[in-house]
Amino acid sequence: MQTTSDEVLIGRIANGDRLAMQVLFARHHVRVYRFVLRLTRNEATAEDVISDVFLDVWRQAGKFEGRSAVSTWLLSIARFKALSVLRRRGDEELDDESAEAIEDQADDPEVALAKKDKGAALRQCLAKLSAEHREIIDLVYYHEKSVEEVAGIVGIPEATVKTRMFYARKKLSELLKERGIDRGWP
Amino acid sequence: MNAANDEGGDIELLLPWHAAGTLGARDRERVEAALANDPELARRYELVREELGQTIELNESLGAPSARAMQALFAKIDAEPAKPAVVSLNLGARIREFFAELSPGTLAWSASAAAIAILLQAGVIGGILLKEKSAGGYETAAATKSTVGEGAYALIRFQPQASAADVTKFLETNKLSIADGPSAGGLYRVRIAAKATPKADLDRILKALQEDKVVGFIAVTQ
Repeated sequence: MQTTSDEVLIGRIANGDRLAMQVLFARHHVRVYRFVLRLTRNEATAEDVISDVFLDVWRQAGKFEGRSAVSTWLLSIARFKALSVLRRRGDEELDDESAEAIEDQADDPEVALAKKDKGAALRQCLAKLSAEHREIIDLVYYHEKSVEEVAGIVGIPEATVKTRMFYARKKLSELLKERGIDRGWP
Repeated sequence: MNAANDEGGDIELLLPWHAAGTLGARDRERVEAALANDPELARRYELVREELGQTIELNESLGAPSARAMQALFAKIDAEPAKPAVVSLNLGARIREFFAELSPGTLAWSASAAAIAILLQAGVIGGILLKEKSAGGYETAAATKSTVGEGAYALIRFQPQASAADVTKFLETNKLSIADGPSAGGLYRVRIAAKATPKADLDRILKALQEDKVVGFIAVTQ
């Protein structure tokens, strides 16, 4: 079955097609929400942000030049808005607080069991990474963005994208090691 | 770059993108060759794959937003001023738009509007052709005797809201003549150059034409 491309939808949205907006929203809102939620760690905030993201798409569709994938454009807008909200909230240090909160659960029986489950431990360590490291890991692994696309979304050179991803993975290994899981790397 | 130099080179930095399938062909081949020849790198690649799987699982566990997000969005959209029609799609998007409109699913909901637009435009263009003929303006042999002739041609679909005056002005300004149409999808075959024209020149002409507000779709044809 042929589906209408994102670029075509954007063209229709530029002409005020509300139905095209619904299609684009249905297609992308969950992933954008998860990206924002991982940054803000607050469901209500993430919902507010995605409404604003797609409202920007409605307003700016006529200016979309197709130089990047629509999904990349959406994530760029979402990132900007999520970081703006975090700045307004004055909780730039949210990462540390959240990491502490997760660390506090260390004695929880569920967490203790997770130590035996490498996958669960890995997920918990992924959640403990800094926002910068979470963001790049999500963009590469979950949102399937290329080096070039990540560079465009985050606004850093491609070489920095590669090294940031490397150090995010290195930090992940260190967190796992603290939990007694030595991956033999780095 | 320290990470690359200290930790086994550029190839290792590319492993996450290789696992996600987002490397270009050249880098993909480099990584595959390195993995085949370096057991330690292959072992580290398994760690990357593990991270990939758990990152997906973590994100998928986050659930989805409530209906509130969509309701809030469309309440805001409904409060926005009506949008003026804009012509901003690039040629690639126009071509995709054209084929998308020919798909059964899209035709189902757009058939009525398209039929009306085509009928209206047929009337508009027909009027223009009659006017050209009586005025002896820029009528060409190709336009009157045959739908195939010398020169370069393009398929054009005009914007449904374009008026007869707009289309006339567009054709006159750009010294274009309609050779055929409308065909399926409201397309007209228009002569854009009197002689065979190099591709680079055609691209330049098309780029200029597609900027005009009356053009909904345009592509070179034989």
